[in-house]
Amino acid sequence: MAAKLRSYGRGLAPLLWRRGLSNASSSTMIQQQQQQQSGKSMNLYSAINQALHIVLETDPRAYVFGEDVSFGGVFRCTTGLVDRFGKNRVFNTPLCEQGIVGFGIGLAAMGNRAIAEIQFADYIYPAFDQIVNEAAKFRYRSGNQFNCGGLTIRAPYGAVEHGGHYHSQSPEAFFCHVPGIKVVIPRSPREAKGLLLSCIRDPNPVVFFEPKLLYRKAVEEVPEDDYMLPLSEAEVIREGSDITLVGWGAQLSIMEQACIDAEKDGISCELIDLKTLIPWDKETVETSVRKTGRLLISHEAPVTGGFGAEISASIVERCFLRLEAPVARVCGLDTPFPLVFEPFYVPNKNKILDAIKSTVNY
Amino acid sequence: MKTRIMGFFGAVNQSCFGGDSYSYLCRSSVSSFCFNSSRTANQLDSLYVSDDDNNQALDFPGGKVTFSSQMRFISETGENRVPCYRVLDDNGEPIIGSNYEQLTKELAVKMYGNMVTLQMMDTIFYEAQRQGRISFYVTSLGEEAINIASAAALTPDDVVMPQYREPGVLLWRGFTLQEFANQCFGNKADYGKGRQMPIHYGSNKLNYFTVSSPIATQLPQAVGAAYSLKMDKKDACVVTYIGDGGTSEGDFHAALNFAAVMEAPVVFICRNNGWAISTHISEQFRSDGIVVKGQAYGIRSIRIDGNDALAVYCAIHAAREMAVSEQRPILVECLTYRVGHHSTSDDSTKYRPIEEIEYWKSARNPVNRYRKWVERNGWWSDEEDRELRSNVRKELLQVIQLAEKTDKHPVTELFADVYDAPPLNLQEQEKQLRETITRHPKDYPSSVPV
Repeated sequence: MAAKLRSYGRGLAPLLWRRGLSNASSSTMIQQQQQQQSGKSMNLYSAINQALHIVLETDPRAYVFGEDVSFGGVFRCTTGLVDRFGKNRVFNTPLCEQGIVGFGIGLAAMGNRAIAEIQFADYIYPAFDQIVNEAAKFRYRSGNQFNCGGLTIRAPYGAVEHGGHYHSQSPEAFFCHVPGIKVVIPRSPREAKGLLLSCIRDPNPVVFFEPKLLYRKAVEEVPEDDYMLPLSEAEVIREGSDITLVGWGAQLSIMEQACIDAEKDGISCELIDLKTLIPWDKETVETSVRKTGRLLISHEAPVTGGFGAEISASIVERCFLRLEAPVARVCGLDTPFPLVFEPFYVPNKNKILDAIKSTVNY
Repeated sequence: MKTRIMGFFGAVNQSCFGGDSYSYLCRSSVSSFCFNSSRTANQLDSLYVSDDDNNQALDFPGGKVTFSSQMRFISETGENRVPCYRVLDDNGEPIIGSNYEQLTKELAVKMYGNMVTLQMMDTIFYEAQRQGRISFYVTSLGEEAINIASAAALTPDDVVMPQYREPGVLLWRGFTLQEFANQCFGNKADYGKGRQMPIHYGSNKLNYFTVSSPIATQLPQAVGAAYSLKMDKKDACVVTYIGDGGTSEGDFHAALNFAAVMEAPVVFICRNNGWAISTHISEQFRSDGIVVKGQAYGIRSIRIDGNDALAVYCAIHAAREMAVSEQRPILVECLTYRVGHHSTSDDSTKYRPIEEIEYWKSARNPVNRYRKWVERNGWWSDEEDRELRSNVRKELLQVIQLAEKTDKHPVTELFADVYDAPPLNLQEQEKQLRETITRHPKDYPSSVPV
């Protein structure tokens, strides 16, 4: 998989950022082509770690906290931070997710960059009220007198081959129903670093889900400098003409394998990384579907009420007459995430490949 | 120390004398306050007697733990209830021997004026709701002393994270009656742009975070804000309010624990008014109220008579001094009573006796009690009282009229501030809505400019 992932940064669609982000004057917002400059080969957790080093270095009002972050975190993302920046800025919190997020909102509301770690996305639910009723509405309800835009919540999400119910979930759809926050999921180390820096510096609260399966597995060249990738901009990472595939995070590597296999059967697939789930880039997906006439969405979360449903509905609204087949969804099953049945549950390569074929041959 | 019955709370000791083990507050000035917290209401002393050799004590994080051959469970209650600090008796007379901070005439009279103003604003806004002019209202009746005296004990730099029954703090800080009315009417002068129900006030200028309806969510946020003040080495603390019902929420426990661990300068003020809508405190918790929960989290705490403005002033003043100078959280439980209904959507006579309400409204009225003390000092007269009430009443009627006549915010504000800038989906939805309004203008209120 690592070899496959190495190619991910080399997107083909030029990306233009729509507006500058706050407090990022020393950083550069780069386009995908520029990313081909050489960097250091590193895995995803190291890329996250580098982003956190950069933000603590460049912003004295940035704080990193959560359960077990001091010693480096259970996934090593915060390694070395406390030694470099001190325990006032990088610290353990009590084991209490609603406390972590509530604390982060208050810290951010005082003009700080509050970077909160939730140890697993499966454990984010105690903080749901703080995220949905508080962080998301903080600016709106005060008439822009107050905001907690400096808040970024990082949480590892997704299948990891042995995680069972409570170390595997993909809860992104819950948060995509909440105006006022942004939801961002990176697919690779280079993307993770650039997107995380953008999220932390974005003037809105962001939930940043990290594909924990890729923390060590995904390795690619990551520029050492301070760079940001634009939010709310999808990227066409593989061009094709017969069908559009949309996904995010770890699922993209599975989808790309399906695209490669489909190509052997003469089917040309276009693969899009959505990156930001809300507010999402409908235009890039629409443009692609207008070209291919077919759409397949794939995510690990259960299919019913998943974010794929939203993408499907939106694209049908916009491209109804252009569609040549029903929109396909290849997703997790409507069961809790199971341990020994994980290979059956997940939307694997051949499930996607079958759906590609049946959609193209509809 | 003496004991008396305080309505529904059962027997609560009221402490006021220096010299006994409970006199840990309020000498004649802030600088000479004596905080002997190690002796604070420690009812577990007997359990701390060890019959084992101290050399064999268990070296455990947090300090040495001695052994005992006796299997003794800690009692679920103390022998006595934690006493309640107060300064003024029911007749507004300082209790002999009580130590409290001397207020200047100016401060004392201003506090009284604000308590009256708050009471009158509540009465008239409540009526305005009953007349259908505003959609909703919540009064602070019965809790005027906590509102005003706690606010008076703070500095303007202290950050307030309120619940929703503390508008008096805003009033004290200079929020005008017109500003209150503008929010309740949701007009274009409302800083919240008409997006929230009445009484969800907020003011950046006055360091008062905007009210949100969910209970206790502000508490862990207060800890984060206090941590920011701590990092910035500010001479200020965060003060956050909660009711008795709110202490059952997870956020209450999260906040107290975080505050203790982070050593955050935050003062938690719990208004224990006996009722969470219709749920009585006997159905809310079985502890001796809120004050005892502080020690379990390692937080210094005090119980005070929330209907005694002087006690509130002294205790909150001391609490914020400790919070700032020692960089630690403090918990203050104010015993009081919600004299009004929970809100205009509630009729509390359905679940509590009218006699109980009347008792607290008259015999234990915090404004009357405080007035007696101010009058006794020769600082206030009936004539001044009549004039104050007449002026406030006139102003209230004026501000309501003006707020009612003022337009709402334009429809574009529906879409602003969700994010720092409207994303494409909101731009698209605004465009669609405008087209709909053009087709069906009568579906929409004319008071909202398009």
